[in-house]
Amino acid sequence: MGPDDKTRLKLYQLMVELRDFEQRAYDVFMENLIKGTSHLALGQEAIAAGFAVAMRKDDYTFCTYRGHGHTLARGASMAAAMGELLGRSNGMLHGKGGSMHLTDVTRGAMGSYAIVGAHMPIAAGAAWSAQVRKSGQVAVCFFGDGTTNIGAFHETLNLAVVWKLPVVFVCENNRYMEYTPIESVTAVEHPAADRAAAYGLEAILVDGNDADVMYETASRTIARARSGEGPSLVEALTYRHGGHSRGDPASYRPKEEVREWMSRDPIKQYRERLASGGIDEAMLRKIDDDARQKVDLATEEARNAPPARIEDIESQVWSDGGSAWRN
Amino acid sequence: MAELTFREAVAAGIAQEMERDPTVYFIGEDVAAAGGVFKATVGLLDKFGAERVRDTPISEQAIVGAAMGAAMTGLRPIVEIMFSDFLATCWDMIANQVAKTRYMTDGQVSLPLVIRTANGGGSRFGAQHSQSLENWAMAVPGLKVVAPSTPADAKGLLAAAIRDPDPVLFFEQKSLYGIKGEVPDGEHVEKLGTARVLREGKHCTIVALAAMVPRALAAAGELDSLGIDATVVDVRSLVPLDTRTILREVRKTGRLFTVEENPRLCGWGAEIVSIAAEECFDDLDGPMVRITTPHVPLPAAQPMEDEAMPTVARIVDTVKRAMR
Repeated sequence: MGPDDKTRLKLYQLMVELRDFEQRAYDVFMENLIKGTSHLALGQEAIAAGFAVAMRKDDYTFCTYRGHGHTLARGASMAAAMGELLGRSNGMLHGKGGSMHLTDVTRGAMGSYAIVGAHMPIAAGAAWSAQVRKSGQVAVCFFGDGTTNIGAFHETLNLAVVWKLPVVFVCENNRYMEYTPIESVTAVEHPAADRAAAYGLEAILVDGNDADVMYETASRTIARARSGEGPSLVEALTYRHGGHSRGDPASYRPKEEVREWMSRDPIKQYRERLASGGIDEAMLRKIDDDARQKVDLATEEARNAPPARIEDIESQVWSDGGSAWRN
Repeated sequence: MAELTFREAVAAGIAQEMERDPTVYFIGEDVAAAGGVFKATVGLLDKFGAERVRDTPISEQAIVGAAMGAAMTGLRPIVEIMFSDFLATCWDMIANQVAKTRYMTDGQVSLPLVIRTANGGGSRFGAQHSQSLENWAMAVPGLKVVAPSTPADAKGLLAAAIRDPDPVLFFEQKSLYGIKGEVPDGEHVEKLGTARVLREGKHCTIVALAAMVPRALAAAGELDSLGIDATVVDVRSLVPLDTRTILREVRKTGRLFTVEENPRLCGWGAEIVSIAAEECFDDLDGPMVRITTPHVPLPAAQPMEDEAMPTVARIVDTVKRAMR
């Protein structure tokens, strides 16, 4: 069983695109074209793809500073994302946000939030709004394992359950909160799933590197939310291929562990599954080539765009477009 | 005109806007069934139902965060944070998320939400339930900051805050909840960013906010009998700030006094004094003087708290000595 071929190809295509974009972001970083910091989701693509493919166009995504993939997965422009990373005027936020804040409201990508846990109640609020507007929309909120130890996680789960909000919380457990193994700072083995019971929720612990599993988990939890049965808390086990952020070589991770997880690369695994399931190799190769080309074009467009505009510094604090605080 | 208490005027302002606009929702701790711990929201649950007027758990981050998410997606939420001191528990939501998200997304979202909170001292509650924190909010770009001093303004400015397309922190000085005043009948909406001249004098200008306004007026009355004729300006809104009115009144008298409930450092009066120093220095006839609470946490015992906050006597004395 599992998703049909069309869905599987879409999942594969999305994962490859997210992987190539992140890899390119890394390369461009190494060229010193990207300033500041950036947090790549290399290795975590199956979660973003599984949910994005299962979501309705008008559903809401809330994600963290490791949010390039989640934002692009909703269909946001790659050139605008790369432009934002490069601080260009074509950037998604015209240079005001940077790598950690990619947002495209027109695609339901409601923002990337850089304070751990902050977006959880905000996602619940969007779900509350959908509930009272009876719009049928669902909010999906992605966060890391480290978030499970901050207060907003607990405040939000409690409120979301009490108000039966149409929201799905997705813990991407990549085993490290920044540089520290999550189990060394957490009271339970599974930081999200083991706490689900505290909020009367089912413990959902799934393989976050399996796109089919993620798609099915997403479909099930989103359907539950949409039908008015309330929130879900998913813990998806995964692994980031690189460090926490720019300049973190992740040398704190045992070599054996890295080797094992690299062998479970979500894209490599999925490609093999599709090939052995009868999908034509040429079709997969075309997806690979198209993704590469898409990233090339986006990078080219961003590199050629002029820098972010100085004139915009004092715009858009307020809804009138300006920033006046006095008369 | 009807005579309402300040707390009744708050409820009337919320009710007026909830009747007018079905996207206005109101949440907070003890606000629905209990009508608020300061009884400023009595009757709203009965009038608008449990979906639009909703009690929350003691979860300030979730309350403000939920309001933000709702404001981004089509509602105009009002939240109550019971005491302004509790803003510290959700300051990330306010200062990092609510204040910055519109700017960081270059205008992709609007955040029409109001955070109402009981602010200030005078109630013998001690240092964690008595702070005057409007200057915290003033320091963060992206927040509008309003603090009324009368029942009429409580209703009219709150209505304006609810209609405003941007986030507004609305500070209700808790010792004012019981005062009575005339409130215009029918729809009443004030304009944010407008100060009000309450008394025109020839010798000095006293600028005050919220609970310090009635004290400034009382002080002006006493100063009058000493031959000092004072202008009194109610700032009403710190962001946007009506510098035009304030500076005009300073220029007329040549002397400026601010009366602030905040502890000394970085109170809002410091900003006003600095603006006056830059923009009307040549019109000044003497030093500008700030009358504030000393730079201490507010003590609880009545004589201590009363003496710490600017009193009418201290305002009179300070002005008198400075004008000598």
